[in-house]
Amino acid sequence: MESAELLSVSNVSLSFGGVKAISDISFNIMKGEVRALIGPNGAGKTSLLNVINGFYHPQEGQISYRGKTRKRMKPYQAASSGIARTFQNVALFKGMSTLDNIMSGRSLKMRSGLFWQMINVGPARNEEIQHRKVVENIIDFLEIAHIRKQPVGKLPYGLQKRVELGRAMAMEPELLLLDEPMAGMNLEEKEDMSRFIIDLNNEFGTTIALIEHDMGVVMDLADRVVVLDYGRKIADGTPTEVQANQAVIDAYLGVAH
Amino acid sequence: MLYREAGQFKTSYAADQAMLPIRQDRIALVLLLVVAFLGVPVLGSDFFLSSIMIPFLVFALAAVGLNILTGYAGQLSLGTGAFMGVGAYSCYKLATYFPDTNIIVLVLASGVFSALIGVAFGLPSLRIKGLYLAITTLAAQFFLEWCFIRIEWLYNYNDSGAIEVPQRMLFNIAVTGPHATPTTRYLVILSIVAIMTLVAANVLRGRIGRSWMMIRDMDIAAELMGIRPLRSKLSAFAFSSYYCGVAGALMVFFWLGSAEVEAFDINHSFLILFMVIIGGMGSLTGCFMGAAFIWVLPVIIRAIPPFFGLDMLAATTEHISNIIIGSLIIFFLIVEPHGLARLWQIAKEKLRTWPFPYASS
Repeated sequence: MESAELLSVSNVSLSFGGVKAISDISFNIMKGEVRALIGPNGAGKTSLLNVINGFYHPQEGQISYRGKTRKRMKPYQAASSGIARTFQNVALFKGMSTLDNIMSGRSLKMRSGLFWQMINVGPARNEEIQHRKVVENIIDFLEIAHIRKQPVGKLPYGLQKRVELGRAMAMEPELLLLDEPMAGMNLEEKEDMSRFIIDLNNEFGTTIALIEHDMGVVMDLADRVVVLDYGRKIADGTPTEVQANQAVIDAYLGVAH
Repeated sequence: MLYREAGQFKTSYAADQAMLPIRQDRIALVLLLVVAFLGVPVLGSDFFLSSIMIPFLVFALAAVGLNILTGYAGQLSLGTGAFMGVGAYSCYKLATYFPDTNIIVLVLASGVFSALIGVAFGLPSLRIKGLYLAITTLAAQFFLEWCFIRIEWLYNYNDSGAIEVPQRMLFNIAVTGPHATPTTRYLVILSIVAIMTLVAANVLRGRIGRSWMMIRDMDIAAELMGIRPLRSKLSAFAFSSYYCGVAGALMVFFWLGSAEVEAFDINHSFLILFMVIIGGMGSLTGCFMGAAFIWVLPVIIRAIPPFFGLDMLAATTEHISNIIIGSLIIFFLIVEPHGLARLWQIAKEKLRTWPFPYASS
């Protein structure tokens, strides 16, 4: 594993009115690692991803990505700097086919102008075919060739999650944020999804930050784990370290008062 | 039975991404174009051309425009009539200032003005969605109507307040004005509508069209894919208003001959919205089906009693036709809320698997 720091979050606090969602959190993500974010419900995990994504702007603290400190940033700017994301409740484009959904991940890489698109020859057509090849590779990788032309709204949940991963992959991100990629899946689907995440990390070198509630999955996949509780960081370290941490055990099992 | 795609294998992505990947569809389209370009002008009477086909095409083009905005980009608009008006009045002014320029160029240029106005009134869409946005576009409708009445410059200070189409020639044939024959006007409109529909189809299946659909289906995820909502929504407004503007210019120059502000009132906005809803949101074929349903069907219904020699008051036939159309709209929306285009698509799917309905395609 390379040891360069890809993203670092320092002293970030975020509140909505009087509610503190995140208070004073610092952690970093190394290039090429699988970083897990865990914690009980409402701990602020998704809010943290939203901060990294540029959906929320933290009141305090700063985020630096690839060594550069970021100012207020819009989600599309985060996208063009190489951060992709999947959502907890699938956020696919329901009216479009699997193919179009994954093609939409290539939007930023397409350049051809309006004129060529209008007549659909030359650059526009070549570009479409060239990106289709990349998308077909992703479809092969995720084993979803049979649903290529189907509208995603009608697909079963497990496949929708897979298409969403494909859409994020199509962006060829440097940092991929996965918000509960295995929520609501059965064992087999979880195994498939884990396999895709491991392959993605190993073969494409994509850095991954994932939120997950299945501890077995987290302990197997993650290189390092951050544990949040009530918007604070309570532990940070390798899976074994975190498992042995008393604060983590207390957060999950409760403490006697 | 004849509609089978068995044996039609695609060996390249280019072939798979063709607009009509099924051979029968391509043949049907060619036949349709042959009938439209040759059959209709030769066989159709002047009444058929000028009262049915020409308005049908004008409304279909306006419906394509609104469908781009509402069906593909998901932004509801009630200002279609006014945007058509912008096209018509700009075309009229352009024709006044550039009397020697080819009228087709002027018609296509007038859409640019309507696109600009569309972008201006599309700005609220960045903050407002759905029905609330529809209400802000209603403001566009009323404000522009007011302009068409109050700004006398727009109709060259005519006492009547109407714009009257001057005669223009193309290859020494009158294409607009009182001397233009319905056949010429029909052929000009048909060519423009056919080409513009093809262009719309191309744009819609490319990067730009996809970005509109992304915004429509899930704007948050679209933004994360790098789509800028500002650019995407406003380009949809521009594109859509361009189409509506050209439709408006065609309506006055090639169909009505002269028009007052009533030709662009809110009723027309609703009429075109109904065409889009009945035809099918997010379908270009649906625009034509919707326009045919809302415009052509009443004409046919009204022609039925005289055809059988029944002596009926004009008002009575009008009412009967309203009743029939109204009930058909309710019927179709209950059977298939996604419009006629969807029914057509389902019929095709059924045909593809007939007689083995459980076989998956």
